[in-house]
Amino acid sequence: MLEVRGLEVHYGGIAAVKGIDLQVSKGELVCLIGANGAGKTTTLKAIAALVPRSRGDIRLGGDSTAGLASFELVRRGLALVPEGRGVFGRLTVRENLEMGAYHRSDGEVGQDLEKVFALMPRLHERRNQTGGTLSGGEQQMLAIGRSLMSRPKLLLLDEPSMGLAPLMVQKVFETIQAIARGGVTILLVEQNAKLALELAGRAYVMESGCITLAGDAGALLTDQRVREAYLGE
Amino acid sequence: MSWAAKDLGDWVETAKRDPRARWLGVALIAVALAVLPFVAGAVGGRGWVRIIDFALLYVMLALGLNIVVGFAGLLDLGYIAFYAVGAYTYALLASPHFGIHLPVWLVLPMGAGVAGVFGVLLGAPTLKLRGDYLAIVTLGFGEIIRIFLNNLNAPVNITNGPQGVNRIDPISFSNFSLARPVEVLGIDVPSVHLYYYLFLALALLVIFVSLRLENSRIGRAWVAIREDEVAARAMGINTRNIKLLAFAMGASFGGIAGGLFAGFQGFVSPESFILMESVVVLCMVVLGGMGHIPGVILGAVLLAAMPEVFRNTIVPVQQQLFGKIVFDPEVVRMLLFGLALVLVMLFRPAGIWPSTTRKRELAS
Repeated sequence: MLEVRGLEVHYGGIAAVKGIDLQVSKGELVCLIGANGAGKTTTLKAIAALVPRSRGDIRLGGDSTAGLASFELVRRGLALVPEGRGVFGRLTVRENLEMGAYHRSDGEVGQDLEKVFALMPRLHERRNQTGGTLSGGEQQMLAIGRSLMSRPKLLLLDEPSMGLAPLMVQKVFETIQAIARGGVTILLVEQNAKLALELAGRAYVMESGCITLAGDAGALLTDQRVREAYLGE
Repeated sequence: MSWAAKDLGDWVETAKRDPRARWLGVALIAVALAVLPFVAGAVGGRGWVRIIDFALLYVMLALGLNIVVGFAGLLDLGYIAFYAVGAYTYALLASPHFGIHLPVWLVLPMGAGVAGVFGVLLGAPTLKLRGDYLAIVTLGFGEIIRIFLNNLNAPVNITNGPQGVNRIDPISFSNFSLARPVEVLGIDVPSVHLYYYLFLALALLVIFVSLRLENSRIGRAWVAIREDEVAARAMGINTRNIKLLAFAMGASFGGIAGGLFAGFQGFVSPESFILMESVVVLCMVVLGGMGHIPGVILGAVLLAAMPEVFRNTIVPVQQQLFGKIVFDPEVVRMLLFGLALVLVMLFRPAGIWPSTTRKRELAS
């Protein structure tokens, strides 16, 4: 589904991502963990073409994405839930969700809206409230729900647990799991390594722009190096 | 004032639900608009009709700027430049200055088109700017246009410099010139009235296009960009083209208004397009209710008419009170104008007649 080879991203003279390889197969839930400033978000942004890459190849469903703008990638089935949610604060929940279906012209948007509401009943309760009045967790749910409205094949989630209460984090992760079971391929970037590794099938560990470890999430969860560096042992 | 506006809003909401009331409302408004110049002319003379004509031009300008500022959230402080471009396009292509006399149906769309191109020219280098930074660039752009118009009289005389272009062809359709009064059913219809009907028709067109844009895919994309540009891109919106489109659409409305202005006045010069004019149009949008079309129209009409009302009342009031003129009307006019701005911003920060979205924002 997603294949990243030798990806390099520079911000001015600073290399944020230094040639990483990464792949996500269809139906997988893969997580990318690492400390602050490791280059996780930059990697996601490069995949979504929100920042330009300096080198490397990114393939989506087998096709190279070179030269494609972010809005064209959305039409090819890629959806990004940005860090900090990016909810449209002055639009209602419903309008936010409808905005997610912006590029679609089929007649099934209403149906998908119902599906999202079924998955996240809280959003249905608050459908006429503006995005800005929701709690942090609800906003995260809204951002995820909105991305589903584009009918993604590959969903990129950037730190969905950021700034949320533990109970809310649990809920958000349950929702992510439900989405994955529904057949959407997911690449999840997280700082909360424990939760992410428990949820994911496979994982990559990123450190100062490079991928240092990769493998089965369960195995990484018991890996001594990971435990020391990210799980606080 | 705040209650009056609220009642008006409520009344409009109720009327919208009842189709008969709606049609009655539309019919009443149509009749009122049709007889307005005659009533105004009878009460206050041709001068008043002229003020209404200008108010209609400002409605077009404010709605054009509303696309850029209100819908797409891009602060533009040099908007009057597009008005200037439209006016000069008309002036240069339909006057003895170059000896070119193109017909109106050609010059007006050309004015809109040229202004639209200038909109893209302004938009393209500022795509990554927002807020204050964008405001400064647009301010500079507005001044650049004005200074060019002022100085492009040498070495080759294009704009005729500070003297401006005069003896511009009046607006006419084949042999029917709006500059000559006509007689319809025994009623004399003076030239300002004829211009009124043309401006009204075009203002209605601009309103119609604005309304359609607001509820279109493009309109929703503008709102998304205004709210969060990164999220908008993640939604699959081509933010570059959509922003350029906002600049171009807004500019072309300004260009049409500019062309009409040139034909109506018969004279254009750079001093009609100073920064203060951009500020006034922006005030119309902000005071009326950013992003809310009825509010913007109201703001434009109020701010276009208010200075004239002041002008006509300040002198008599002073004579009544003091027996002589104490303050120069021009000074008091700006003072009252400023006071009105401060009061509206204090008591109705979202504008006199805001959209529900803006109200929500200020409530939360």
